[in-house]
Amino acid sequence: MTAEEVKKAVLDIISDIAPDEDLDDLQGDKALRDQIDLDSMDFLDIVMELRKRYKVEVPEADYMELNTLDGCVKYLLPKLT
Amino acid sequence: MTLPSIAITGIGLCAPGSNNLQEFRKMLLSDGSGVENIETRHMGQVHAGVCHFDELKYQNRKQLRRGTRAGSIAIYCSRESIDNSGYNLEEADKSRIGVYLGITEHGNVETENEIHNISAFDNDTKYWTHHHNPRTVANNPAGEVTLNTGITGPHYTIGAACAAGNAGLVQAVQMLQLGEVDMALAGGVSESIHTFGIFAAFKSQGALATHEDPTKASRPFDQNRNGIVVSEGGCVYTLERLEDAQKRGANIIGLISGYAINSDATDFVLANPVQQAKCVELALKKANLKASDIDIVNTHATATPMGDIQECTALREAFSGCSDTYFNNTKGFIGHCMGAAGALELAGNLPAFEDGFIHPTKNLEELDPECALPNLVYGQATQKEDIRIILNNSFGMLGINSVVIVTRYNG
Repeated sequence: MTAEEVKKAVLDIISDIAPDEDLDDLQGDKALRDQIDLDSMDFLDIVMELRKRYKVEVPEADYMELNTLDGCVKYLLPKLT
Repeated sequence: MTLPSIAITGIGLCAPGSNNLQEFRKMLLSDGSGVENIETRHMGQVHAGVCHFDELKYQNRKQLRRGTRAGSIAIYCSRESIDNSGYNLEEADKSRIGVYLGITEHGNVETENEIHNISAFDNDTKYWTHHHNPRTVANNPAGEVTLNTGITGPHYTIGAACAAGNAGLVQAVQMLQLGEVDMALAGGVSESIHTFGIFAAFKSQGALATHEDPTKASRPFDQNRNGIVVSEGGCVYTLERLEDAQKRGANIIGLISGYAINSDATDFVLANPVQQAKCVELALKKANLKASDIDIVNTHATATPMGDIQECTALREAFSGCSDTYFNNTKGFIGHCMGAAGALELAGNLPAFEDGFIHPTKNLEELDPECALPNLVYGQATQKEDIRIILNNSFGMLGINSVVIVTRYNG
């Protein structure tokens, strides 16, 4: 996967988990939770969907790496290529 | 000790085929049906009573995704009920409102879904959703109502098999009479058509209805009845102490004048007419009424071969010599809405206070002689002058019986 594809994969997951949110204006360097309504259960959904769709395991110690969209791409890119 | 009278000031419902009381009543008086064929996991096509209300009327898509079908039904019915009652929720003390909802069962839908889900991952439980517990706790449907409305008073569900809708009302009446709450949202809900297990179990028991026309599958008291049509649905009443309802100028639909719940203590499944009759007598006693005072009895009969006969035996005993009491049944139109059945079927009858009609027992074409109650209404609706009192039966597995009596309010 390219970085752009990883970003799209993450956004696809978020759009399923937060279907009422407009994701077009998400800023990559700002915390996802500051921009859209996303609580801890939603965050666990993101982790679950990464596991189900891409067989990617995100250990709890790494959860902060997924704090922003840019962080998600940076963290997931090596795992998805 | 004189307990305060409890008034029904609002009704919100979703029944198979109708999304409010007006639509429901119209269906009952025009031979409509909410039963259709659906595809169910492992079972293929089955008959079911399906609700088609607008889920997004009171919830957004994320809330729907997070919660359960029973929760969604409960929210829709509660919001509709509050709206119908004219109660100003936003100005009320929300800590003084209780939510009491009857359920036949809860959690089977989510559990089956997750077992199915992890089967695609070699049954590895790390794919089991973290939403499972909040979705399956027994208070879920009532809890979702409080999350949606901001009500901070007590909320819980009452597990009472298919007597649950009445049991929710009984709980609310008691809490209002005790002064524990000032307003109650009460009734019952069911999401059961979304679990294959209930269909499979009734089929194994020889109690699942089949008919080439799904709208004719639910046939209480008919010679050719062959079982239950499983349905989803919900009905939530807004209840207040009569004095409070009068003070705010509420429209009073009726008064809950009597109720009773008792147990057969004889069998897991087969009903006991002796205790059913006793339950009716207890409710009449509490209401200070005679059996002959009752204008309409909404029977519970689910169209199982034995259950219908048992209830008729009980009713012959309890209403012996009552020539002016009429009997009907509502499940022919909507199937068996399980935890919602009692509350929904009562609601379907309440407009009789205004329109003077007793809706017929649908799909009763060839009356089983063992179910031939006097004044059983079928074929077409019956008109009756001055309908004042309605008695609603709702019985369930493990031998739980419930009866609720509603009296017309004469201002």
